[in-house]
Amino acid sequence: MTTLDIRLRTVRDSGRKALVPYFVGGLDDEWLECVKAAAFAGADAIEIGVPFSDPIMDGVVIQEASLRALNRGTTLTSVLAGLRTLDIEVPLIVMTYFNIFHHHGLERSANDLHEAGVLGTIVPDLSLEEVAPWRAISNEHDVASILMTALSTPPERAVQLASETQGFAYAAARMAVTGVASDEGRGDLVVQKLRQASTVPVYVGIGIATPLQAATACTFADGAIVGSALVQRLLDGEGPKGVELFLGEMRSAIDAID
Amino acid sequence: MTTFMGSPDASGRFGEFGGRFVPEALIPACLELEAAFKDAWADPLFHEEYEHTLKEFGGRPTPVTYCPRLSEALGIEIYLKREDLAHTGSHKINNVVGQALLTKRMGKPRMIAETGAGQHGVASATAAARLGLECTVYMGEIDTKRQSLNVFRMELLGAKVIPVTSGSKTLKDAVNEAMREWVTCVEDTHYCLGSVMGPHPFPWMVREFQSILGIEAAAQFQNLQIGEPDFVVACVGGGSNAAGMFAGFANSSSRLIGVEAAGGAAVGIGAPGVLHGMRSLLIQSEFGQIEEAHSISAGLDYPGIGPEHAHLAASGRAQYYSANDEEVLDALQALSRLEGIIPALETAHALAWVMREAGGLIPRGSKVLINLSGRGDKDVAQVRDILRGEQ
Repeated sequence: MTTLDIRLRTVRDSGRKALVPYFVGGLDDEWLECVKAAAFAGADAIEIGVPFSDPIMDGVVIQEASLRALNRGTTLTSVLAGLRTLDIEVPLIVMTYFNIFHHHGLERSANDLHEAGVLGTIVPDLSLEEVAPWRAISNEHDVASILMTALSTPPERAVQLASETQGFAYAAARMAVTGVASDEGRGDLVVQKLRQASTVPVYVGIGIATPLQAATACTFADGAIVGSALVQRLLDGEGPKGVELFLGEMRSAIDAID
Repeated sequence: MTTFMGSPDASGRFGEFGGRFVPEALIPACLELEAAFKDAWADPLFHEEYEHTLKEFGGRPTPVTYCPRLSEALGIEIYLKREDLAHTGSHKINNVVGQALLTKRMGKPRMIAETGAGQHGVASATAAARLGLECTVYMGEIDTKRQSLNVFRMELLGAKVIPVTSGSKTLKDAVNEAMREWVTCVEDTHYCLGSVMGPHPFPWMVREFQSILGIEAAAQFQNLQIGEPDFVVACVGGGSNAAGMFAGFANSSSRLIGVEAAGGAAVGIGAPGVLHGMRSLLIQSEFGQIEEAHSISAGLDYPGIGPEHAHLAASGRAQYYSANDEEVLDALQALSRLEGIIPALETAHALAWVMREAGGLIPRGSKVLINLSGRGDKDVAQVRDILRGEQ
């Protein structure tokens, strides 16, 4: 088991539902303050996006944020340098597209992630069929490899994904790219498929934008992931205060369900 | 002897290139497509329908034309495979007829497609109209302006065109947007990819659908009873016309030459990377960000190349060179004046390389077969503006 597996199972076994916010690394001068604010507001893990020029799994909000970050000269190395300066207990997970690691070198990427205190990665374009080389190398540096499961995933494949994912299983609630949605999708169906033969914690993401949607997801899952709705607030200039307020509301809504 | 251009391995790889690097949401659709294609391609009835449609509707076979005046001017023998005479004016029809028939076979009522110059978009809209499928085409906003007539053609054919405003607003971003859209509608929609790129099985499937032109050309050349061509030359963006052409000659002694746009030369200046579902050669920054390609032809404005081409380059079976915008304009005018054929700007890259290398890399007296992949009607307004100094 990786450290991330142990940490997130501990959260789940303590009866706590996980809140997992997503930030775009290098978005502006305040991005690290925003990450700290999220930790303070009760996040249980934090996803840090490393911007890529062609984010095919992302909708307009994260596309815009990625572009802003790239225009500021953000790179994998600059994001990791920022993370090294953080002094927070919350597990950090890097989300990016495979070309970033491929180009940086897999061994070097895994090593640099570990040195920066990162415990896991989500690489949406690394499918179950393609993930093995990266997982082998990143695991040597105690970096977990988190896999996504979709509504379109057949049940038997979901069982395989649940057994091969590390840290948690990412259940995509909607057949869509990242972005704010009016409905909360059918995360429950994906969670059901993942629970068939595995005890791995399952978090729901893709389309979770409001405290109510997060709380609803946590009635059937072990946690909720919020990305675009949070990043939109940062694009609007709400900064660390906005993060604290928004995630505080999400935390309260989630904690109120039990 | 090594056999070239066979099937990829089970993971969809040609050598170290290819694969299936897409979000989980799209994996079931890729698996479904792979199974459907394998089943169809092994079915004589499907082949019959595909070949019959391309003959009766698509205008196949296209001829091989000898170019007496250009040959004399260059001191080599030039033959053209006339894909410009196929329906919709380019080789693109071969692929879309195959994929549209497959879409129906899978029971899906709708296709989406990306397009650069508009050729694949027009071809997709055409095949969709013929087979009664709904069709939506994603096109970079810059390209919708460069090729506004093609936008109107697609609309006339009943397709919906969506201008893409993200990123560089050209072909690469049209692919991104089509993939994002496909995630939302994969249940009832087939993504009709326009080149030998993307996740497995697309690079293989599109090459198979395009191989009809290369196999045809090889048989036609044989009928000339002058031996094999010394050089087989095609332009390369993603590389579908070149892949189809090379497939007819992969195991011959002909030298295979792909010609990229100087500003989009993935083999020339690219490095291995992962984009649009495939591991291939990509033009990218020192940090792994994909760079924008620049060329006079919208159809070659792509920072990557199909994975099988990356493999053919790595194995040495094919060589890849580039031509710049100026050479391309010269070549377009030369073919127009000397042979009465106005080629597409994309196609003119292949001609430009041949004109530059005649007597150089191409020894005098060589027999050169060029895939004339498309006609230049779509480009005449742009070429006029450039030649008049208005652009």
